[in-house]
Amino acid sequence: MKGARWPALLSMALASCGTGGDKTTLTIAMVNDGDMARLKSFSKDFEATHPSIRLKWVILPESTLRQRVTTDVAIRGGQYDVFTIGPYEVPVWAKRNWLTPLNDLGREYNADDLIGPIRSALTYNGALYAAPFNGESAITMYRKDLFQKAGITMPATPSWTFLIQAAAKIHRPEQGVYGLCLRGKAGWGENMALIVSMANSFGARLFDKHWQPQFNTPEWRNAVTTYVDALRKYGPSGAAANGFNDNIALFAQGKCGIWFDATVAAPFLSDPKTSTVSSKVGFAPPPDQGLGRHSGWLWTWAFAIPATSRKTAAAKEFIRWAAGPPYINLVAHRLGWLAVPPGTRKSLYTNPDYRRVAPFADISLNAIKSVDTSSPTVKPVPYVGAQYAAIPEFPGIGTEVGQQFSAAVAGQISPDEALAEAQAAAKRQMAAAGYYK
Amino acid sequence: MTASTVSGSPGRSHLRLSGRLLVAPALIMLLVTSILPFIVTVRFSLIDYRLLGPKEHVFIGLTNYTRLLTDPAFLPALGNSLLLIAQVLAISIGLGLGIALLLERVVVGRGLLRILVVSPFFVMPPVAALLWKNLLMAPVSGFFAWIASLFGLQAFDWFARAPLSSIALIVAWQWLPFACLILLTSLQSFDREQREAAELDGASPFAIFRYLVLPYLARPIAIVVMMETIFLLSVFAEIFVTTGGGRASSNLAFLVYSQVMFQYDIGAASAAGLVAVLFANILAYFLVRAVGRSLDA
Repeated sequence: MKGARWPALLSMALASCGTGGDKTTLTIAMVNDGDMARLKSFSKDFEATHPSIRLKWVILPESTLRQRVTTDVAIRGGQYDVFTIGPYEVPVWAKRNWLTPLNDLGREYNADDLIGPIRSALTYNGALYAAPFNGESAITMYRKDLFQKAGITMPATPSWTFLIQAAAKIHRPEQGVYGLCLRGKAGWGENMALIVSMANSFGARLFDKHWQPQFNTPEWRNAVTTYVDALRKYGPSGAAANGFNDNIALFAQGKCGIWFDATVAAPFLSDPKTSTVSSKVGFAPPPDQGLGRHSGWLWTWAFAIPATSRKTAAAKEFIRWAAGPPYINLVAHRLGWLAVPPGTRKSLYTNPDYRRVAPFADISLNAIKSVDTSSPTVKPVPYVGAQYAAIPEFPGIGTEVGQQFSAAVAGQISPDEALAEAQAAAKRQMAAAGYYK
Repeated sequence: MTASTVSGSPGRSHLRLSGRLLVAPALIMLLVTSILPFIVTVRFSLIDYRLLGPKEHVFIGLTNYTRLLTDPAFLPALGNSLLLIAQVLAISIGLGLGIALLLERVVVGRGLLRILVVSPFFVMPPVAALLWKNLLMAPVSGFFAWIASLFGLQAFDWFARAPLSSIALIVAWQWLPFACLILLTSLQSFDREQREAAELDGASPFAIFRYLVLPYLARPIAIVVMMETIFLLSVFAEIFVTTGGGRASSNLAFLVYSQVMFQYDIGAASAAGLVAVLFANILAYFLVRAVGRSLDA
């Protein structure tokens, strides 16, 4: 009797293999932002129109996703068929042949509709290596009511000098309103995204063409001193520990006069359900110090296929659907235009239905369009990237340097000490990585 | 069922051999799961192995170690590790003892109180850190800032002015129940007659505590110190969530994390990991000796 169960089990196992044979399961690793969560909720629609493909989602926070995906692709683990990466990863990984090129996504994908800088940030040696799902730059957000009360008007393109003067006029800490909110929390994706973008507008660069760190230059000194002074004088207390999430909460509660951060914050703050200041928030382009480069950055979460995947055809089918026009129309039809993943396609910004609900559309699009990741600042650079340098060493350097700037905002060290430490740390890590002989 | 029953007694050498054979799978398992990874780690720590770098894995001797030890962030991180442990131990044992002494007196509802006291222990570290950072210590909208404003005081900017102590406070809050429970359990087994005899002799409550209770608690306190130290060496989430590291708040575990997870430098990671293991072993050696001494006393 005991042995009799085995044939039954075996035939069941074989049967399940049989059905698995003509169905392809795609394992998709993606970051846990709102757009992605919405995409997952629409996966039934994809499976209904593509009956031979089943989707399996692995949704992770940004840093965990990056660690998993990076180690998997580096040791050729082959756990994922599709994952979301950004313009930081694309050039580094494409150079090592870890990604499948996506030039053949077809007519209906319409790659020519992609916003220029987003497309080129995901392109390496002429080939597209990742299909953008959503994209962002940075935007100046401010309280129109406070500006009006103080008798100041936001210029068409503000400079940092103007923003800091305006912050001084509307700074009322005793009433719980702080002039200027900026990221202070250490991390290459936290304060460094802001500080490097800001430094670009001050004419600073991360490395010169011999890969020497530039934190000892007057441009960096100017940028960091301005940042630290402004935040210490007009920032909320505790600014040194505030990241994107802390600042969006402060602004939504009406505690910030001016905030410069990612464009993805704009719809959130415009929504009366999530923001107490939805009717009072104004938008302006990223600050510009008059040197020809503004402080906007560029990021996009984009779908890529690792070279190890053996389900490339199905993976491309999925990407064509999720990152292409059909998905945008599907979301707009079901949830409205504000729920559509923004920042990737020109056609979205010419769409009158979208423009009607998104007052920040033009500013966001212009900010994205005017970032040149291959020439982010006035002086020539050997790296690609606006708020980062696309080299394997940057996250390590960015984290250590970011900690120094965070300590300066906290008042533990002076901006000059922070810059000296930053220069030493960057040099040490670049030397260890073998950039200098 | 029947054939396998052993009949007749085997000789001693045979017993030893079959014994060895029977133990072998366990030994091999142990070798494979613990010794081999250790050897591999040692090997990695001696080569230049970067996941994202060019593929040549060159032998570079002790370079990974010297780089770590000469890293200007290393000594502060070592110091922070020790300072964090010391602060958390002081707070959790001091307050834990106080609460245990109070709880011991309570007759009604002790079970419920005990559950309340224990509850922080069940909060996950990242959640605890978020809770403290955003609800209690936030200098703009936090609970402490609100209390300060009631008295017309400026809110204290916890993570800017005292980053390590703020983190220690959060960790101590989580470990307080552990210390409290162990001390409470020991207090409950304290000899009542001894206390009554001392009271009859006219000893003050302080004297009873100082000369009877505290020496009695030496062992449980030593055990709390040892257990907590071992776990506190790896404090990570609280630092990650609140300050994101830095010279003033990174401990050894965080330093290893930021060196490894941002640079994907397997060589440096292995070296840092081995140094951390060595450090933990040295600390554990002294602690075990200290605990042993208090047990003898």
